Amino acid sequence: MAETPHLAERPLSPHLSIYSPLINMVMSILHRLTGAALYLGTLLLAAWLIGAAMGEKQYAMVNGAFGHPLGKLVLFGYTWALFHHMLGGIRHLIWDTGRGFQIWQVNLLSWLTIIGSVSLTVAAWGLALMLGGGL
Amino acid sequence: MSQRTPLARVRGLGSAKEGTDHFWKQRLTAVSNLILVCFLIWLLVRLAGADYATVKHTLARPQNAIPLLLLVLSGVMHMRLGMQTIIEDYVHSEGRKVVALMLNSFFAILVGLTSAFAVLKLSFGA
Repeated sequence: MAETPHLAERPLSPHLSIYSPLINMVMSILHRLTGAALYLGTLLLAAWLIGAAMGEKQYAMVNGAFGHPLGKLVLFGYTWALFHHMLGGIRHLIWDTGRGFQIWQVNLLSWLTIIGSVSLTVAAWGLALMLGGGL
Repeated sequence: MSQRTPLARVRGLGSAKEGTDHFWKQRLTAVSNLILVCFLIWLLVRLAGADYATVKHTLARPQNAIPLLLLVLSGVMHMRLGMQTIIEDYVHSEGRKVVALMLNSFFAILVGLTSAFAVLKLSFGA
């Protein structure tokens, strides 16, 4: 009979918790997190479309939920996640071509991602408030 | 009858037997999402604060309904592939992984078809 293999206590390579955060690492984590958030966030878009398709009363219900301060916060977060994941995606498409792998380029792209996503989110909401008088 | 040798048929497909299929579809839908999400944000900014009649009328127009349908298709394909990667990274038990991957596909298809149905109803429905 074969013996049950004994799991030796081997040292593990250092994991996330041991490093001080670096910008490219934070952006990598945020890219996955925003992706997962957008996954669930499709329910928001679906709810909006279904509400609109069902009728005025149902649409008002959906809009009421979105208009609540908490709903607005979720929508604001969703907008940011959308922009962030989009810019992070552009970064990945640049990397796919084999370009942008110098440390300074990686750091620059990372900073552009976060600065860009926050700026675009604020710009989109500002535009929505100006044009439509609020969500 | 294929004239290709068995070796030629499997070459480049890797251990999962699908080669770069996942990678390629992820990139393909990434690029289409890039365009379509910009459209969605523009649409939402324009519709902020609009009344029901305006929203309904706007969404029913082909120049808005068609990009919306494309976005739904491209979006759920992209998110299903992305979530598949997350599941394969973190769920190591084979049984739970298979269940999670199935639920992932169900969710993507459900959200996609329901959203598409809503858009089509706005365009064609009473």
